[in-house]
Amino acid sequence: MLSFRVAVRFLKSGRAQTILIIAGIAIAISVQVFVGLLIDSLQKTLVDRTIGNSPQITILPSSDNSTIRSWEDIIAEVEEFGSTKVISASASANAFVEMEDINLPVLVRGVDFNTADKIYDIEDSIYEGRPYQSKREVLVGKELREELEVDVGDKLVVTTPTGTRGTFTISGFYDLGVSSINKTWVITHIDTVQKIFGFHNRITSIEMTVDDVFAADRIADEIEQRLDNSNIKLENWKGSNEQLLSGLEGQRISSVIIQAVIILSVVIAIASVLAISVLQKSREIGILKAMGIKDRAASLIFIYQGFLLGLLGSVLGIMLGLGLIYAFTGFTSEPGGSSLIDLYIEYDFILRAWLIALIASTLAGVIPARRSLKLNPIDVIRTV
Amino acid sequence: MDTVELINVDKIYTDPVDTQVLFDIGLKFQEASCNSIVGVSGSGKSTLLHIIGTLDRPTKGQVIINGKRTDTLDKNSVAELRNETIGFVFQFHYLLTEFTAMENVLMPYLIGNRKPTKEILKKADELFEWLGIAKLKNNPATKMSGGQQQRVAIARALINNPRILLADEPTGNLDSATTDQICKIFREIIDRYRTTFIVVTHDHRIAEHTDRIIEMKDGRIDSDTQN
Repeated sequence: MLSFRVAVRFLKSGRAQTILIIAGIAIAISVQVFVGLLIDSLQKTLVDRTIGNSPQITILPSSDNSTIRSWEDIIAEVEEFGSTKVISASASANAFVEMEDINLPVLVRGVDFNTADKIYDIEDSIYEGRPYQSKREVLVGKELREELEVDVGDKLVVTTPTGTRGTFTISGFYDLGVSSINKTWVITHIDTVQKIFGFHNRITSIEMTVDDVFAADRIADEIEQRLDNSNIKLENWKGSNEQLLSGLEGQRISSVIIQAVIILSVVIAIASVLAISVLQKSREIGILKAMGIKDRAASLIFIYQGFLLGLLGSVLGIMLGLGLIYAFTGFTSEPGGSSLIDLYIEYDFILRAWLIALIASTLAGVIPARRSLKLNPIDVIRTV
Repeated sequence: MDTVELINVDKIYTDPVDTQVLFDIGLKFQEASCNSIVGVSGSGKSTLLHIIGTLDRPTKGQVIINGKRTDTLDKNSVAELRNETIGFVFQFHYLLTEFTAMENVLMPYLIGNRKPTKEILKKADELFEWLGIAKLKNNPATKMSGGQQQRVAIARALINNPRILLADEPTGNLDSATTDQICKIFREIIDRYRTTFIVVTHDHRIAEHTDRIIEMKDGRIDSDTQN
């Protein structure tokens, strides 16, 4: 405990030097926290906006133009597996819509509204009208509506490739934010699609989301092995977004490098300040040794100094870094109030950054501590 | 009983060139005796004191303190022995400027123990009282006169009840009135605490106060007389 008390006094006695080094550490750590959180939030925002409102894993028939049988069993099995968040069955088929002299290709998507809504956020994206309520009602996307020039309550005639025709009432219009979807999807009840396309009780896909989107490929593999069904295949978002993923990986690596360089500079700063402190305090260390302090206790003084500087600097740095990131998201928010990036405060990351800074600065005290071992009391007494 | 014994002690400094500063020194110091080592600058008297105080090691020969050979002990055991058995008073007070007078006095105790006991605090108070510096207890070490600082250094040297008190030119920095006071104090210490006192000085007025005067010349004992 004496070593700790002496360490505190040494830091207090060189107040200006201590304040400067703590400020230096705090600024470095704040940049680390800021960069780390910013890049993490950026990645999550990017992933969320790219795949957030779409399924991350999809079960499809193994060959095109076929359908999935006994899909209730498959869903039950996947549910039992437990790694998924939402599971939604869907029966979809290509068709044409006719409106006076316009004839447009569409994808009629029969879904279970409750589960599909959890994936696509359909209800919130309806900007006019309401969700379909009967099996004779459909939802039409914004772009398709503009081409067809229709309103809520108008009739829509759908023709299947085999020539079957069905007439539906438009209950509302949606905008899912992706024009290719808005232009082609006609959303309705799953039973309706099964009936007019002659699927009987079969469906064309099972869509799902997972909690950890980056584990989607692993979860998909595990589900595939578990189901062990040659009539189906699984796709996941990572397989179809490789460019995005390699971009994110590049970003992550650059973030790690920046953080490592910052930690290194913190270590060098602390080590050099404490190395000077050993010289400044060699007289005091010599006196303590003459009074019988053991080498270990004497060198602990510098380890404690490193620890204390790291503790104060990193705590201040984390607060400053959080302040910076909040200020940044505040400044970059759009006039409507929505921010350019969604802020995700990863407490694990902050805790990790804090621990690393603390360990690194304590270790930085080891270099001066070793130098203090060489101090001989007689040298101090003889030279002063 | 002898508290300190030196047998055939040589000291050679190798840096930058080999220089022998002590030649075959053999000395014994009795318990509760008052001794002075005198000699001109460079006679080896301070080196001898440092070797007695285990701050320096002899190149050859034995140093026995309280019946224990110290020249063969490891660094930690020497530190412990120094902490428990030996008190130092140097020419410069060597107080730790970051601490108050009281904290400086308690420092040797705190090196060996975690927290000061009631007894040790009482003892520190007594020392402050006895040395006439009770009012300075909570002063920073820097805010005192030279004589006051030396008294604090004496209190610090005595806090662990050392068997041996070593002083190296303790009054070298003080005026003659203060020097007389400090000499009186040393005399009282020997009577009060039965401490073996060895002082190195070039000031014969101080040597006059001691019972035994050892005169050094060119690294050898020139004379050893009872006063």
